[in-house]
Amino acid sequence: MEKRVTFGSWTIGILFAVPQLLLIFTFFYWPAGQAVYWSLTLQQPWGGGNIWVGLDNFRSILANADYWNSITASLVFAGISTGLAMFVALVLAALTDRQLAGSRLYRVVLIWPYGIAAPALAMAFRFILAPEAGFMAVVNQVWPGFWDPGLDGTDAMASIIIAFSWKYVGYNFIFFLAAFQAIPRSLIEAAAMDGSGVMRRFWDIQFPLITPTIFFLLVINITESFQDSFGIVDIMTAGGPANATNLMVYKIYSDGFKGLDYSGAAAQSIILMLLIVVLTIFQFRFIERRVHYR
Amino acid sequence: MMIIKRGLAALAAGALSTALAVPAFAEPVKFDFWFGLSGDLARVVDTLCKNFNASQSDYEVVCTSQGNYDATLQNTIAAFRAGKQPAVVQVYDVGTATMMLSGAYKPADKLMEENGYKIDYADYFPGIARYYATSKGEMLSFPFNSSTALMYWNKDAFAKIGKTEAPKTWEDVGADLQAMKDAGYECPMAINISANESWQLMEQFSAIHNQPIATKNNGYDGLDARLEVNKTKFVQYVTDLKKWYDAGLIKIKSKDLGQDMVQAFASGTCQVIMTSVGDHGTVGKTQKEGMKWDVAELPVYAGTERKNSLVGGASLWVLSGKSDAEYKGAAAFLNFIHDPKTALFWSTNTGYIPVTKSGFDYMKAQGFYDKAPYKGREVAIASLTASEPTEITRGIRLGNFTQIRAEFGTQMQAIFANKVSVQEGLDTLVKNGDAILARFQQTYPGKTLP
Repeated sequence: MEKRVTFGSWTIGILFAVPQLLLIFTFFYWPAGQAVYWSLTLQQPWGGGNIWVGLDNFRSILANADYWNSITASLVFAGISTGLAMFVALVLAALTDRQLAGSRLYRVVLIWPYGIAAPALAMAFRFILAPEAGFMAVVNQVWPGFWDPGLDGTDAMASIIIAFSWKYVGYNFIFFLAAFQAIPRSLIEAAAMDGSGVMRRFWDIQFPLITPTIFFLLVINITESFQDSFGIVDIMTAGGPANATNLMVYKIYSDGFKGLDYSGAAAQSIILMLLIVVLTIFQFRFIERRVHYR
Repeated sequence: MMIIKRGLAALAAGALSTALAVPAFAEPVKFDFWFGLSGDLARVVDTLCKNFNASQSDYEVVCTSQGNYDATLQNTIAAFRAGKQPAVVQVYDVGTATMMLSGAYKPADKLMEENGYKIDYADYFPGIARYYATSKGEMLSFPFNSSTALMYWNKDAFAKIGKTEAPKTWEDVGADLQAMKDAGYECPMAINISANESWQLMEQFSAIHNQPIATKNNGYDGLDARLEVNKTKFVQYVTDLKKWYDAGLIKIKSKDLGQDMVQAFASGTCQVIMTSVGDHGTVGKTQKEGMKWDVAELPVYAGTERKNSLVGGASLWVLSGKSDAEYKGAAAFLNFIHDPKTALFWSTNTGYIPVTKSGFDYMKAQGFYDKAPYKGREVAIASLTASEPTEITRGIRLGNFTQIRAEFGTQMQAIFANKVSVQEGLDTLVKNGDAILARFQQTYPGKTLP
């Protein structure tokens, strides 16, 4: 009896692939193509007349000091928030992986933050980190002017990094915990019997075995910090003060939607996309080499 | 009598249609109205819409809040590009130049004329009308919710320093703030320096001092207008504000910092603020028990001949591409809003001001401005009509002004954080603002403002 399903010709295969191809084309390639077209024209917001300007949009963006400032801010934000979110999640996962009383409760509590929508989270952190209310007000009373995200760009950047990392700690935690749990107990028990301590076991056994997860999360976290930070920035700082938190993705939103400069925003999206592609390639070329796949 | 007749007719129609399953009356013509107000104000608009629908049976307006002004414009543009635009849309003051070049509207004055409504345009306060009219005086949109900026001052705090009146000049403001500081007030005056405050700090200040924001009469005379706020009296103003901020006479208050200006004033924390007359109701409702306060016109520098302040708020645009029946409905709706009785309802329930002289007179005659919570709001009218509008004080006609306001916020923050000097900050504002204006001009080659 023939067990494998075979098709008479390759055309049927194509036929089955068509719905998916159609979806990908409609929701990805077509809009992406349109963004490329828009970035090469000047779009009148109400439609009607579009002027072909070639690479002018890119030239004017790249000649703008604010845009370079926005790239720097995005890189700083991505670097610090990814590092923070991954480090904290790793430590928490390593701790909960051990046989502790109530570790199940910790897991649930730590997973929760990821389920909170960005705007709600940003609103909460806006209150938590407000300089004139709550904990920060007390700090400011002891040390006047210590915390002022309304005027101090560094403080504003710190507040969005804290909010963003807090959300991704939960996300990263799930993956790290799964990775730890996938490590055979026997390996760790054997090491323990040989007399190695907790730290030694972590660095020599657990850490190398979870490097694929670390790498995966690194790629995801960096990409998300470029793309998913928008809601938090909009509610917490609106790109200010003085453009200190005007991340690339937020600048695209404010130029495109608030400023009705569709062409400039399209050109910026393309630059952002290229930057993410470059960063991802970089990660695969230089970091993946250190990853041990089993 | 009318109502009873209509009620009977409706009953009869209902009986008929259930019996014969044939509608005896034509359904009212439905048309959409999109607006940008939310919360409490959105509920007032909804009531306004219900009142219109109840006032006649031919049309039914469907009113939908889009959340805020930015979103309303974005959604309307998206809808227009898809051919599903509303008949009437509320667009904020600074969207006027963008709307005028859109080619997407039906001039409101033409609409009214075609549908047999006679509107006396001279009845509008000139400062309000000219913001929304072409250079020839044709009203392309109708002012809807209008406001202007006022100075709110705490009478108790001023009494402490021996004053019974609000300061009239900026020189006096400086002295009074210092006196209040010396009297132990932590926050004599509160300001905010985000994009939105461009309205009271830059735009209103420039108007009452008859100082231009941009060349070409603030853009009325051409798309090649460029900013010039780095060489007007505005430089002195920012310098003073910064000086007072450094001396602890002014505190920055915003929502992101935990308390906005209006809350800071209403709670008695800060003694002076400048904000829209639209906040008059909020201060009254949320003020500290027993606090005495009042409003006054924004101060001017000594020796300045005061000019009219600018209108803020939004106007109603009728979009192109709708059916004649919908236009009839839209015209009836605009006419309803224009009615002095509607003005009274609107101003009572919001802090906005009447936009016509007849509306203002009607409200005065009804004793509106003598009653406790509304007393003082007439100052807004006085401020708007302080003079005949000049070439500069009739309004601002600059493209992509939202982006210019954003740039204003950015540079003010840089100045107040000591990253740049006042002059450097304003120079950058002009440089970046000009790039925005040049881009707008490039987007509409060969076009001129109507």
